[in-house]
Amino acid sequence: MTEPRSDASAPASSSTAVVAPPAAAIAAISPTPAVSLRRKRGRGAVGVWWWVGGIVLVSLFALPLLSAVTGSLKSPAELQQRPATFFPQTLSGDAWSRLFDPSQGTLTGLANSLVVAIGTVALTVVLSTLAGYGFGRFRFRGSTLLFGVVLAGMMIPFSVLLTPISVVLRTLGVSNSLLGLVLVYTTYQLPFCIFIMRNAFAAIPDEIEEAAMIDGCSRRSVLLRMFVPLVVPGIVTAAIFAFLNAWNEFLGALVLLSDQALFTLPVVLQTKQIGQFGKVDWGLLDAGVVVSMIPCLLIFFLLQRYYVNGIFSGAAK
Amino acid sequence: MTETLSTPVTPSPDTSRRASSRVRSTSRGRRTGGAAGPSLRERRLSRTGLLAVTPALLLTAVFFVVPVALMAWMSLHKWPLLGRSTFIGLDNYVRAFTADDTFLRSIGFTLIYTVVITPILFVAGLALAFFVRRPSRASTFFRTIFFTPYVIGFAAASFLWLWFTDPSAGSVNAILTSLGTEVDQTSWFVEQWPALINVIVMVTWKVVGFQMILLLGGLNSVPEDVLEAAQIDGAGWWRRLTGIILPLMKPTIILVLVFSISGSLLAFEQFFLITKGRPDNETVTAVYWIYNVSFTKFELGYGAALSVIMLVLLLIVAAAQIRLLRGPKND
Repeated sequence: MTEPRSDASAPASSSTAVVAPPAAAIAAISPTPAVSLRRKRGRGAVGVWWWVGGIVLVSLFALPLLSAVTGSLKSPAELQQRPATFFPQTLSGDAWSRLFDPSQGTLTGLANSLVVAIGTVALTVVLSTLAGYGFGRFRFRGSTLLFGVVLAGMMIPFSVLLTPISVVLRTLGVSNSLLGLVLVYTTYQLPFCIFIMRNAFAAIPDEIEEAAMIDGCSRRSVLLRMFVPLVVPGIVTAAIFAFLNAWNEFLGALVLLSDQALFTLPVVLQTKQIGQFGKVDWGLLDAGVVVSMIPCLLIFFLLQRYYVNGIFSGAAK
Repeated sequence: MTETLSTPVTPSPDTSRRASSRVRSTSRGRRTGGAAGPSLRERRLSRTGLLAVTPALLLTAVFFVVPVALMAWMSLHKWPLLGRSTFIGLDNYVRAFTADDTFLRSIGFTLIYTVVITPILFVAGLALAFFVRRPSRASTFFRTIFFTPYVIGFAAASFLWLWFTDPSAGSVNAILTSLGTEVDQTSWFVEQWPALINVIVMVTWKVVGFQMILLLGGLNSVPEDVLEAAQIDGAGWWRRLTGIILPLMKPTIILVLVFSISGSLLAFEQFFLITKGRPDNETVTAVYWIYNVSFTKFELGYGAALSVIMLVLLLIVAAAQIRLLRGPKND
């Protein structure tokens, strides 16, 4: 099978960097040319029903997301109003000002979530780049076995291991801390990210390394100056997934943190939502949901090619 | 070669295969020099490699390998949060299967959830994949929107759904009322089947785009000329689907099924946050019950035993996946 070269918009480095993203992410998943040929031959215009169905489906998919936005913009009085409204009758910034009111705890939650997500990204990127370099460029005694152990982490989900993990954290004295959470999150991002980084490093031609070594480069400067720029697409993919997984994670944060001041955003929102029975602060919850969706949506829309590429790398393992 | 036919038409799977062959050839190249045992340079090289992977391995050892072993050890103990643990042999396992109705019910409920949602996700994902298959700007736009709910977290999606389908303040209620229908949505949260259906709708909304993208990759690898030939020979769309398309997509289908089965077996947030186990623990999943045992009742040893049982269940699914995927290549 010939290698599917995407089109001209593919980055020039794609011949060397293995995780070079496909041309235009979701748009790039297109069928074999035969289809477009046949389409040109005149099976012709897309049916009206296709458009109708598409627009109906798009509305259905977008509706829940939209409802969180509209809910967060309603005044407390309108949220109490029955029958309920979908679009706010008057726009109100009330929920949003409460979200950023320090006494609500949501602001702390937001900060904690950011610290945990960024910490996880940083640690994951450094460790998986190093490990990808080790596994991708060297073969040492036990390397296959060790790589197997790393990949086993992909088979055993961390939600099943939380009971012993909490005991390990307590023994190490990092229970109930953001550091402990970062260490645990990082561990469970490593399998996928090392897999990606190993492929990226393994795809670099030996000649590049040899030429540089002959020119007197040390191994370290080969790694830092030549390899790292070549594996940037892999690093971006690893960073995206580490960020999203750490940002969105709920069960681990719920279990491993007991100090309210350390709760991440989803856990804070959970305390908001069980608050007083029947008296949920919907405006605040909606604003919190919107805030927790924003980074995910931004990353998805801005870095879509890396994101979709990562999904297929994960699927190809 | 089935594998080539059915990998998604995106560079990544192909390049990853290229990458692994690269590793092989590299190592072969390096070994040629050392027929009489590794040279000094080679040994130093392999030390560099080992050194580079050490930090990641250290973390993996502490937070993955040790917990797996510790979990097995804890499962043989009565292990309170504070104080001494006592060895009780297999008592925890005996208790799980004979004296813990909620656990057995939670396993049953998890299996029901998995059995119901997996075909729904698959059929809906495949239908959407067919729907957005034609390459056009509108298709790309539709794909993007269908995929979008997948990128938000499960907890955020659950909070969102709690609000969206809330019986009095929620948007579904607002829309239904404006259409002139009165539906009592309370049961969507507090009765087993309505609550299960509500969660299934939420999960389908959230995850189906992911299945669509994977299935689209598989769908696009089915050669058009084969389909056209079949059409000329008079095969209807159902024959083409079941006779050609689905068999050729087998590896993708297995992958998608494994994703949804293992994901559903691990379901937690959607029930913990939306149904809260109501009514009377009838919508408690296995992971949810393990959470209750370990972190609200603090019976860590028993929780570990339940985790071991859960793990065995997951490993069976993983083993089935490997067997199904490797099966056709052996003949």
